Amino acid sequence: MSTTTVETPAAQAPEATPRRRTRRRGERGPLATVASHALLTVASLIALFPVAWLFFLSLGPDKDDYLHPGQIWHKMTFDNYAFVLQHTDFFDWLKSSLIITLGTTAIGVILAATSGYAVSRMCFPGYRKFMWVLLVTQMFPVAVLIVPMYQILSDLGLIDTYIGLILVYCTTVVPYSAWLLKGYFDTIPFEIDEAGRVDGLTPFGTFVRLILPLARPGLAVAAFYNFLTAFGEVAFASTFMLSSDKYTFAVGLQSFISEHDAQRNLMAATAVLVAIPVSAFFYLVQKNLVTGLTAGGTKG
Amino acid sequence: MTVAIDRATGERRGDRAPRPGLGRRLKQSYHKHWYAYAMIAPVAIVLGALVVYPLVYGFYLTLTDANSLNTARTIGVNHIDATYQFVGLDNYKDILFGETAYDRFWSHFLWTIAWTVLCVGLHYTLGLGLALLLNQKFRGRTFYRMILVLPWAVPTFVTVFGWRFMLADGGAINAALDWLGLPTPAWLEDTFWQRFAAIMVNTWCGVPFMMLSLLGGLQAIDTSLYEAAEMDGATAWQRFRYVTLPGLRSVSSTVVLLGVIWTFNQFAIIFLLFGKTAPDAQILVTWAYFLGFGQQPRDFAQSAAYGILLLAILIVFTSFYRRWLNRNDQQLAI
Repeated sequence: MSTTTVETPAAQAPEATPRRRTRRRGERGPLATVASHALLTVASLIALFPVAWLFFLSLGPDKDDYLHPGQIWHKMTFDNYAFVLQHTDFFDWLKSSLIITLGTTAIGVILAATSGYAVSRMCFPGYRKFMWVLLVTQMFPVAVLIVPMYQILSDLGLIDTYIGLILVYCTTVVPYSAWLLKGYFDTIPFEIDEAGRVDGLTPFGTFVRLILPLARPGLAVAAFYNFLTAFGEVAFASTFMLSSDKYTFAVGLQSFISEHDAQRNLMAATAVLVAIPVSAFFYLVQKNLVTGLTAGGTKG
Repeated sequence: MTVAIDRATGERRGDRAPRPGLGRRLKQSYHKHWYAYAMIAPVAIVLGALVVYPLVYGFYLTLTDANSLNTARTIGVNHIDATYQFVGLDNYKDILFGETAYDRFWSHFLWTIAWTVLCVGLHYTLGLGLALLLNQKFRGRTFYRMILVLPWAVPTFVTVFGWRFMLADGGAINAALDWLGLPTPAWLEDTFWQRFAAIMVNTWCGVPFMMLSLLGGLQAIDTSLYEAAEMDGATAWQRFRYVTLPGLRSVSSTVVLLGVIWTFNQFAIIFLLFGKTAPDAQILVTWAYFLGFGQQPRDFAQSAAYGILLLAILIVFTSFYRRWLNRNDQQLAI
């Protein structure tokens, strides 16, 4: 702090030197401030525009209005929203999206917590290999797994069922959340486990009664990650879900274009309806999400 | 008693006295660690059933000529048995060196490499620039940050449709370009502009993650380092080059690796932006999906072979990346 605060001479002889205040650390000239504000404003506009535009288009009543956006000003209406809510499969999609994402979140967190704890606390032979396997599974391209998964699921009769898709999503979210939770469990002191053991708890009791309550913030981050991943997934959902009342939103939205190839106004309205709650949810957790993501990655 | 926590006592696996026989060791290991194995069993079973087995099965498929016409299937009440045959490495040979291999594989391969390099490069530089701007002290930076993460907050499948409206013929972007008197490319039809558009959209979607991660990294750098550098008369550029960049190294190496893996496997953006209309703008992942599910008859064997090739490329890349980091005295989490 004290490095460049040399204000005293200027203050003592104000009339001799034309007030030249030396800048403090972290302070910039007015030009630099203006420049950073300008850059950030431009970037914000770019970030905002596509979403705002989608919202704007969703207000136009006609399916070709996106070609003449100027006309929307004169006939703005929420008719599209009313139509989507009343006459499309919106609520079916909502139901299946919720079942699948919440199912993935719950199962994924439970599986990830047990394995994360095992990896964090117990030096069992092969735990390094296990961590490595968890990391490599994140690298798998959709294309490797999707064909054989399709075959296996159809052999098991799980194509076009919620549980099938939930299991598939678990394979993509569990490795990462286990990794993340391992990092979190590592921050909880080992003495707590020992104390629990001394007081006669079984290993499982220690985990459930002592560690899980302490790890609540970490569990929350893992749950959010699972939720957002499962909600936004496209490839598996569009391949494994066949009947239109079981579509998730990611698949349902596409059906506006591929079937009728026209109802862009309805599609925009649906997109906005989907985006609002999810983005609100995201904003609630984004800070934790980033720390969780990078901490899990760097600490190991 | 089974003491599972041995990290707390500092005991290592190597510390043990003379190794007993294999049978006893297995028994001991079981006694000591049964609990750990019980806890990872659910994950191991799920991953084994839905990742390892499909992987093995997928690899087997690549050695056959399976497609949707000759695999086992049930139509109504009739069950038709599988009739596909084992063809050895023919699929790989065909993909890599076959007659039209350039059009089918190598052009997509080159485009995928270009796509990954350009996208990750843009993500990183733009993310770093914005993170540096946001790391200054001024009013309203929380506000800017909230707006700038918007592309990450809204699900990809929603934003891509927004872009599709904007890029369409006569959509917002072309209208604006026209108004400025600039040429209006056919974003969704011409191959070059399709690729351009795909990179643009992916950059838009991917910058927020980099920005927030790097911002976290910037805030973790000790400010006394900057003070010391300033005392020594370092210019702004020198402070950036010799304090900021080294300070960001561990975050950078992780996010760049994650970025490469994610971008390489980025399915949603290209799939949703173009659907089946743009064969030349497909990266390997979407192209493999197209072969397996987007055409009739569905070519399962070739699709799986592309998948295995993709995985091989990623694994080779990751191990080189790791070695390169280790040579520079950096440890990656893996």
